[in-house]
Amino acid sequence: MAEITYLEAIREALFEEMERDADVFCLGEDIGKYGGAFKVTEGLLDKFGEERVVDTPISEIGIVGAAAGAAHMGMRPVVEMQFIDFLANAYDMLTNYVATARYRAFLPCPMVVRGPSGGYVRGGPFHSQNPEAGYIHTPGLKVVYPSTAEDAKGLMKAAIRDDDCVLFFEHKYLYRRIKGVMPAGDHVVPIGKARIAREGKDLSIITYAATVWKALEAAEQLEKEDGLSVEVLDLRSLAPMDDEAINATVRKTNRVLVVHEDTRTGGIAGEITARINETSFAWLDAPVLRVTAHDVPLPYAPSLEDYVLPQSADVVRAARTLAAY
Amino acid sequence: MARASATRAPKRAAGAKDSPSSALSREQILDLYYWMRLTRALEERLVALYRQTKVVGGLFRSLGQEADAVGSAYALERRDILSPLIRNLGSMLVKGATPVEIMKQYMAKGDSPTRGRELNIHFGDTDRGFIGQISPLGDMVPVMAGVTLSFKMRREDRVGLVYVGDGATSTGAFHEGINFAAVQKCPLIVVVENNGYAYSTPTAKQTAAKQFIDKAIGYGVPGEQADGNDVLAVYDVTKRAVDRARRGEGVTLLELMTYRRKGHAEHDNQSYVPAGEIERWEAENDPVTRYVARLRDEFGFGGGDIEGVDERVRRVVDEATDIAEQSTPPEALDALTGIYADPPAEKPLWFREGTGSVVDKHERPEGWGVFEVKKGDNR
Repeated sequence: MAEITYLEAIREALFEEMERDADVFCLGEDIGKYGGAFKVTEGLLDKFGEERVVDTPISEIGIVGAAAGAAHMGMRPVVEMQFIDFLANAYDMLTNYVATARYRAFLPCPMVVRGPSGGYVRGGPFHSQNPEAGYIHTPGLKVVYPSTAEDAKGLMKAAIRDDDCVLFFEHKYLYRRIKGVMPAGDHVVPIGKARIAREGKDLSIITYAATVWKALEAAEQLEKEDGLSVEVLDLRSLAPMDDEAINATVRKTNRVLVVHEDTRTGGIAGEITARINETSFAWLDAPVLRVTAHDVPLPYAPSLEDYVLPQSADVVRAARTLAAY
Repeated sequence: MARASATRAPKRAAGAKDSPSSALSREQILDLYYWMRLTRALEERLVALYRQTKVVGGLFRSLGQEADAVGSAYALERRDILSPLIRNLGSMLVKGATPVEIMKQYMAKGDSPTRGRELNIHFGDTDRGFIGQISPLGDMVPVMAGVTLSFKMRREDRVGLVYVGDGATSTGAFHEGINFAAVQKCPLIVVVENNGYAYSTPTAKQTAAKQFIDKAIGYGVPGEQADGNDVLAVYDVTKRAVDRARRGEGVTLLELMTYRRKGHAEHDNQSYVPAGEIERWEAENDPVTRYVARLRDEFGFGGGDIEGVDERVRRVVDEATDIAEQSTPPEALDALTGIYADPPAEKPLWFREGTGSVVDKHERPEGWGVFEVKKGDNR
């Protein structure tokens, strides 16, 4: 089997799910003829036609609301946000309407909202965001954010088959940089299960998305230069979160560094830290530390963006502090 | 816009020979009266329950708007779906919501349609063809665009209808939803119920447009206005829009001219309403009074027919009250179920009595609390 990119893996999942289930359809801005801003949906229109690959007006509230309505009627819509930053435009519809539909009205809302997320790409303040924390805070939504091509495909299939709304964050830095060989057959990765990206025994890095790769680079360097054995846990799913896997790695290494690309205050690292504190405090040999972006809007210039976002060198420095504690 | 007159824009005479309402049977003509009378009587009973503090939250009236709710919903078939607003109790009753359900909702009973999760008439049933609204206004327009998009995709002979008030037309969701539906030619009827006020805000502070149907041009859809207090005129204008939608001609924007005689909710003293306005509408343009006159004068129903309906309504409301009052509140733990299909329920938090604390479990590593000074350890 040939290697395909993270982006192609997502596209492959969309093709396979649309082929498998006639209720699955895609809607979004410029996703049809143009194939999407990043070409994730390229080829879908030719194969499935205008009715199942719907080019929409620029209207995030309209698109997300329409997806919810169609989902109530038994369809399984997959919405593309041209950039995940624009989720904010649909925040009311997602949090007030979609997230509450099952609970308040017993209305199923099986839909996926997916889109290119994250920085390291010189995209500036509105094409680089990581707004996932705002949505894991909302009961009723599920949130996944894969780091590998295999997980991108498997989680997309799981998200489309899930009976609730799943926000599917795709890291645009990884779109064409990361490749993988897809497992044969119907490859579905369950939502809510983390993955050990690297085994280790001295300290754990808990992370997800692009910073999984920063953590792996750091782990390599720490092994070579410090003889440290670093475990890297890739969460993959942020809501629900795999508490079992988090506790297991904490209890194994007793030292934890949480790394994410999102800003610091109110970021998911704080939530993970609180959970560890509540359930595994007695296993800790050091305080849980965080490596995150600075609390600033993401700037455009390379020198600025690189400074604001967490880099491998930051992870190495923090891990050394933690190991020496 | 101060409402100097209590008659507002009756565009055409209802009941004309070529109008859809001319095809209604005598039973259906009387049926329309039943639904309007039931709406009013049910709300009056709810007011009594509210004053007895049996209604848990606020109470919302549609007094004076019964014709626009009932007449529009009556133009739909059972398979069609509508999304009501807070003043569309009548629409929901027509679509099959029962007075018992309404009362249980208001009284937050455990066996209410939402099991005590949602307020008042915020509930739905896709089988009977109504989808519950949420409080942020305008949001149901995109949702109903999607509902009707699915009808189109599946080649189903079904249409949708969504109500917004004069206030909701100012929202982004209204604009995005109707525009999306118009572009996709969804079989959707968007009904603007212009009742003069959004909470305390008069229409003149809501829009600079002379009338709401002027907005239809911008969306490239037909717009029609009707006297919202004439139930047959409402039926006619809605039925024509429904027929267009069924023929694949897409969205219609309707504006029903009516008047909100009660405040936003029961707590609202309407201090912002010019003196005499409410009284004038009550005296000159009450939709139920108007329809009773037509039933007698135009359709030749006798006093017995009309009183028969009134009696039936009283019985239904009495029975519903008795049944609803017997129900119990929801079990507290039910609050934790059904946020997702999977997992089916959230776990109670550890500090809840009897649910077990993660800390209380004393889950500790081996050797916790054992401190041994090892050789050569300086700490």
